[in-house]
Amino acid sequence: MAGLSAKRILITGLSTHWGGRIAQALERDPRVETIVGIDTDDPRRELERTEFVRVDVRPSLIRRILAAAAIDTVIDTRLITDPLAAPIARAREVNVAATGAILEACGGPGSPVRKLVFKSSAQYYGAEADDPAFFTEEMSPRHSPRTAIQRDVVDAERELQAFATRNPATSVTVLRVATEIVDHDRGSRLGMFGLPVVPGMLGFEPRCQFVHEDDVVEALVHVCTHDLPGVYNVAADGVLALSEVASLLGKPLLPILPPWGTTLAAAGLRRLGLPVPLEALRELRFGRGLDNRRLKASGYNYRYTTREALLKLRAHQRLRPLLRSGGDSYRYEREVEEFLRWSPSVQRAAGGAQHDHEHVWGAPPDYDQLPADELMGLISSLEPEAAARLRRYEAENLARQDVLEALDRRLAHARRLGT
Amino acid sequence: MHEDDAATVELKASYLPAARDDLRDQLPGLEPERTVTDWGRSERIEGVVDRVVYEFLYRYWFRVEVEGIENVPDEEGVLLLANHAGAVPPDGAMVAKAIREEHPRPGAVHVLSGRQLSGVPGVGMLQTKLGRVPAHPANIHRLLADERQVVLAFPEGPPATAKPLNERYRLRQFDRGRLVQAALRAQAAIVPVAIIGAEEALPALARMRSLSLMAPLPLPAKFRIRFLEPVPTEDLPARSWEQESIVLSLTEDIRALIQENLLELVAERRSVWLG
Repeated sequence: MAGLSAKRILITGLSTHWGGRIAQALERDPRVETIVGIDTDDPRRELERTEFVRVDVRPSLIRRILAAAAIDTVIDTRLITDPLAAPIARAREVNVAATGAILEACGGPGSPVRKLVFKSSAQYYGAEADDPAFFTEEMSPRHSPRTAIQRDVVDAERELQAFATRNPATSVTVLRVATEIVDHDRGSRLGMFGLPVVPGMLGFEPRCQFVHEDDVVEALVHVCTHDLPGVYNVAADGVLALSEVASLLGKPLLPILPPWGTTLAAAGLRRLGLPVPLEALRELRFGRGLDNRRLKASGYNYRYTTREALLKLRAHQRLRPLLRSGGDSYRYEREVEEFLRWSPSVQRAAGGAQHDHEHVWGAPPDYDQLPADELMGLISSLEPEAAARLRRYEAENLARQDVLEALDRRLAHARRLGT
Repeated sequence: MHEDDAATVELKASYLPAARDDLRDQLPGLEPERTVTDWGRSERIEGVVDRVVYEFLYRYWFRVEVEGIENVPDEEGVLLLANHAGAVPPDGAMVAKAIREEHPRPGAVHVLSGRQLSGVPGVGMLQTKLGRVPAHPANIHRLLADERQVVLAFPEGPPATAKPLNERYRLRQFDRGRLVQAALRAQAAIVPVAIIGAEEALPALARMRSLSLMAPLPLPAKFRIRFLEPVPTEDLPARSWEQESIVLSLTEDIRALIQENLLELVAERRSVWLG
């Protein structure tokens, strides 16, 4: 099983919210050797060992990166599921055309990619009057897509399906994620929940299910570290009625949308500045529930239920006015990042043990007290990259001759295996 | 009350959830802070309607008499199949109330409702809050196999509610074995139920297209609900739900059994109103 676990990972869309968060989460896992992120924009999160490559979605370029870094796992979280995040045409380009290009780069003979993780959306199932109360993974939408985003998601998944049949050696995992509760970013659904009242539709009370962003990230890590091909729903336990949602957020539920002529009314509301996209209208009418048991049966435990995720959102909504002035303004500067990653002057091991994984990547805090002969026994089990770092550390500090020799032997052995 | 009919259940292969036993342990836990179930049933609203309307109808208006309640198993998933009648049929609520009042089993009865009404503003919302579940094969399977609940269904479907008074207590065609198939697949007990009184309580006096003319109030007919013994299914071969002939003949047997009991109950009663 260990062979199937992701070791050398490429993240597409590193500058998106999910790309940045998954990179941060994977950096914490010592089993992951290499993380490469690609995007056209600068990363928006502070990353420590993830390498960023600015590249357009061109299969030939991505293929070269994949081959050069011997990437075994590709994580694709770029899918735009929030209709307000981008205009329809741009979303279509990112969701379908770019997905196709990335799949093209990952597939074919000679590709090192053994595993593909794709973050899809529960909007795949749509929202209809004759829906089952809980969608399971083998269900497909019964009606043709009604909204632009749903059409994109269905098309993207069709591309993935075709990729999986063409490349049987690559294990493809698709996560259909329910509406995410994100603290910092605002989805269209959350934008609506940020209003002083929760808008509803007269005569309807949809069932709503959400998932907290921490659970989304941890579910992505879970499917990266386990061998789980196939489709998995990602949604927190508990399907709530919209009135429950409103009362958890401490806001009144106001059915401002009429059951008939809804599209027209929504257009009017949009004009007034209320974010009511078409996708939200269908969900406000019929709602959607997902069966999340398949992922749970694979060993994943959700940290929050839907109710708890909403309580967290409420706490955050109350804090937002206080936090607004502050805010961490991270800006990506290529020179600084490269200096931090590659300069020999950076004191990686000693001192700054502010990160909990420091001991894996530098030296353990009590390394200097470790006797040389005990250390030599451990060296053969080190990963080549860790051995290289340790050699650098040892050369700069104690410079024990026998330890350095043992490390050199380990590195030479790794080189022989590699070629 | 907007009572309604279990429509026929379409069973499409692609729409069946995978039958996996290990998923049963993964059902979401109960959150005591919530008063609405994951199905959308609201304890509060259901409680109010029960106290204000059903209680009165059950005890004083229809004076429901129940026999054979011990035939409903205590533990496993149970599918109740009942005859259906009345322009706005009150029988579903009365059977659910009978189980709640007379049976030791905790948990409410889930009444399957027609899927065509769930898109109607107001009606669909109220139905969900009162614990109606759309008759989707995936819903039936989850209720019976995973949650092991009591599910009440009317296999005759909407035609039963539209029949004229002179055809009362004559069972309509059952849905093509879909409900029985779902129960066999979920390994649930099947309990046939015969109800008399509903035909006279709210008869369709005249019909125009899909609208029926009915009395403004339900008439105080005497109700009798008879729960029959569970249909023996142990002798059936494995995966019998896949064999149409078995499913159809079992459905036909159940239909004959309910019809027989209905005629027996009607023959026994001396008065429509007094029982």
